[in-house]
Amino acid sequence: MDFVKLINCMRCGMCLPHCPTYKETFLETASPRGRVALVRKFQEGELVESEKFLEYVSLCLDCQACASACPCGVNAGELVAEFRCERKQEQGLSTMEDLILRKLVPHPDRLEAATAPLRLYQRTGLQKVVRSLGLLKVFPAALERMEGLLPKLPEAPLRQTINEVTPAVGEQKGTVGFFLGCVMSLIFSEASLATVELLSSLGYKVVTPKDQKCCGAPNMLGHDIDGLKEAARFNTDLFQSQQLDFVVTDCGGCGAELKKYGHHLDGEAAATAFSTKVRDISEILATEAGTLKEKLKPLPLKVTYHDPCHIAHCQGIRSQPRALINLIPGIDFRELPEADACCGSAGTYNIEKPEMSDRVLSRKVQNVQKTGADYLVTSNPGCLLQLKKALSEANPPVKVIHLTELLQMSLNA
Amino acid sequence: MEDSFIKALSEIVGAQYTLSDPESLACYGYDSTPELQSRPGVVVLPGNSEEIARVMALCEGAGVRVTPRGSGTNLSGGSISFDSGVVLQTSRMNRILEIDEENLTATVETGVITSTLHREVEAKGLFYPPDPGSMNISTMGGNVAENSGGLRGLKYGVTDDYVMGLKTILANGEILKTGGKVVKDVAGYNLNQLLVSSEGTLGVFSEITVKLIPKPQTKKTMLVHFPQLEQAALTVSHIIAARIIPATLEFLDRTTIKCVEDYAHVGLPLDVDAVLLIEVDGHPAQVEEDAAGIRSICERHHCSFFQTAASTEEALKLATARRVALSALARVRPTTILEDATVPRSCIAPMVKLIQDTAKKYDLLIGTFGHAGDGNLHPTCLTDERNPDEIKRAHQAFGEIFEATIAMGGTITGEHGVGVAKKKYLPKLVGESGLKVMRGIKGAFDPRGILNPGKIF
Ligand SMILES: Cc1cc2nc3c(=O)[nH]c(=O)nc-3n(C[C@H](O)[C@H](O)[C@H](O)COP(=O)(O)OP(=O)(O)OC[C@H]3O[C@@H](n4cnc5c(N)ncnc54)[C@H](O)[C@@H]3O)c2cc1C
Ligand code: SF4
Ligand code: SF4
Repeated sequence: MDFVKLINCMRCGMCLPHCPTYKETFLETASPRGRVALVRKFQEGELVESEKFLEYVSLCLDCQACASACPCGVNAGELVAEFRCERKQEQGLSTMEDLILRKLVPHPDRLEAATAPLRLYQRTGLQKVVRSLGLLKVFPAALERMEGLLPKLPEAPLRQTINEVTPAVGEQKGTVGFFLGCVMSLIFSEASLATVELLSSLGYKVVTPKDQKCCGAPNMLGHDIDGLKEAARFNTDLFQSQQLDFVVTDCGGCGAELKKYGHHLDGEAAATAFSTKVRDISEILATEAGTLKEKLKPLPLKVTYHDPCHIAHCQGIRSQPRALINLIPGIDFRELPEADACCGSAGTYNIEKPEMSDRVLSRKVQNVQKTGADYLVTSNPGCLLQLKKALSEANPPVKVIHLTELLQMSLNA
Repeated sequence: MEDSFIKALSEIVGAQYTLSDPESLACYGYDSTPELQSRPGVVVLPGNSEEIARVMALCEGAGVRVTPRGSGTNLSGGSISFDSGVVLQTSRMNRILEIDEENLTATVETGVITSTLHREVEAKGLFYPPDPGSMNISTMGGNVAENSGGLRGLKYGVTDDYVMGLKTILANGEILKTGGKVVKDVAGYNLNQLLVSSEGTLGVFSEITVKLIPKPQTKKTMLVHFPQLEQAALTVSHIIAARIIPATLEFLDRTTIKCVEDYAHVGLPLDVDAVLLIEVDGHPAQVEEDAAGIRSICERHHCSFFQTAASTEEALKLATARRVALSALARVRPTTILEDATVPRSCIAPMVKLIQDTAKKYDLLIGTFGHAGDGNLHPTCLTDERNPDEIKRAHQAFGEIFEATIAMGGTITGEHGVGVAKKKYLPKLVGESGLKVMRGIKGAFDPRGILNPGKIF
């Protein structure tokens, strides 16, 4: 780890009020400033990797809200993640981690096959039986949480059904590559279909290479840097072999990771060139606001927007999604208090740290209810999973949809 | 620290609020002061006045030293326990107890965050003016203990001007109530005022009552560039002499301007000596008149650019340069030493000039920005703590800057407090008699010397 990144922290505390775990605990050890200090003191040999130490650093959501707030350009979340990656490299992956991160995640066909039983399970009505009998209670808590989070899965993953090339409608303006996120393809394929439809209706030819692999974000989460590098190399080669103006994704997590390929591969030219082409769907659509506005039809809905960490803090995209929502005639947009605070999903955090995740989530739910909105719009599969469940159970319930689904609704209204 | 003592503390505040693992102690061993650190023996987070009182009584009985701590954002080492004592952290005490719209007061627990109070009172059309740069994280208790100022200090004053009543826990655990909601009060010594800026050495505040005022109806923001430093400084003096009191009158020097431009690209010219950010607020007619007066004074002093914001968004844009000043400077080098020299307003130009010359003499990079209207400047030295020679030169330079400040009739700290960081300059400023009185006061409040020892003097 680059020691300068640690001493850059001047301990001003500007990050504290933005950190979800600090806001819940008011403890310095659960704050970005504290986490930087812990890692620094570990590097300086003043602290050892005790159980408490690991507990404190692993409570970090890696939401990077602290990075947005820091005057010195310190990114505490990323520093903690980097620290954990380095420790992992020294210690090696466990058998389970190796199985998931190396043998499953990088192979879309295996991943899809692994989720197929779930599809069957939901479709045959078995899910209802299991839920009503409370059978899940006998499973470990983590499994029960995971099961509870899953919405109804689509018939088939989008990767299997989408055409490699979707032609532009009307005059072709350019060609974009579409990066399918694993979770978007497996679970939120309707939103991704909407993304492709929007792009083609605006004159973009959309190329969706079927061989693409997971972006590598799960490897980063699992602190598996080598696996991440492998994914970065593969996807770079695949997309760079095509003539593309942009590489577009509608998954905040993928976008944030893809934009860092250059960094992950230590500035390799091809990876850097690839990263500079990556755009979140809202960035592309915002440049087409004029054309889009003419096509959108009125939707009389009360809508609010949750900033996914991977969009707002990691990519600095805040105004575009709001501007796009406001393009829709008749929409009643209400700003969400603490809109860019993490929802508690944070990769697998909601399964690993259920207690803190729930506290962070319940703050989000309360804020959503303050807006009185019927719809919450967001654009990251982790947030969609977490918030769909929580807000369907809220009183009154709030519908949760992807930004492109809202725009498509208006397009087809 | 002995286990039995830690156990006794945990019986008062609860085990989960008594921290003694090495990780927690490391994280409560610093505040925002560069270079200073020291691990406490234990950290307690009391939940109410009663618990603070019991903690204090226990500590005084055992002769254990106590350092109060809000959010740990002070810049003078005030919240660090240098003798492995107790850090008494107030963050759990964060309730706004009352906003009294009839008496125009607010009563808060000590750990309430300054900007939270701003939000709550402004929602009722009221105003709590003190707005330190750290207001999004500093606590009200910390503000009172340091007598914090802010951007609105010129027109509205500092924390001291708003504190009406305090509930303070003394070293022996007794509760002292001073002041209250009455606007006039001359019964005995003015203990309230004495406790403000006591830096945690006289007592622990648990509740604070502050004065509120009506929220100003409107405001106007202006940004002005000056090719010459002297002209900018004269403008500041002449605005005040013209009996115009802006809410904000902020200054950036050449080095700061360059750093801001490199970092934020806000369109500042690199060939000017100074930029002033000016804000007037109040009744619309008065605001118009003041803004026009300011414009003509700036033009008379050869400003090269004068812009008035037409909307709230534009006002925010104009204020960007000042808002990002610290960030822009802090990113240049790893270690940022932010100082707080304050001179009479008429000495701003010579002071800035002296800082620039001193930086050159010691081969240092120092950017200066700050509250020009108050004469309160923040010379900010950009350095690297891994370079001991440079750090030594930085300290020498600041030594000279403080000498000059005192010679100009100024003070070594306008708002950051003495703490330990500026202890060595205090005797020069207040003299032997000043120190003697201060020691006497300390003895009256805290005879056993257990409250934040080693701070101020
Ligand atoms: C980026 C930045 C900008 C800043 N800008 C300004 C500014 O514009 N103006 C300004 O004046 N200051 C400024 N400061 C300094 C600092 O924020 C203030 O001094 C602030 O009031 C400290 O509040 P805190 O809650 O962090 O207190 P702490 O730092 O925790 O404590 C400060 C002092 O108060 C004592 N204390 C805390 N709580 C209590 C209590 N309940 N009872 C008794 N004593 C107590 C402590 O012992 C310590 O001596 C800035 C600091 C930073 C890092
Ligand atoms: S991480 Fe940044 S914002 Fe937080 S204390 Fe350090 S320098 Fe300040
Ligand atoms: S990444 Fe999020 S949880 Fe972690 S320190 Fe930063 S703000 Fe806090």
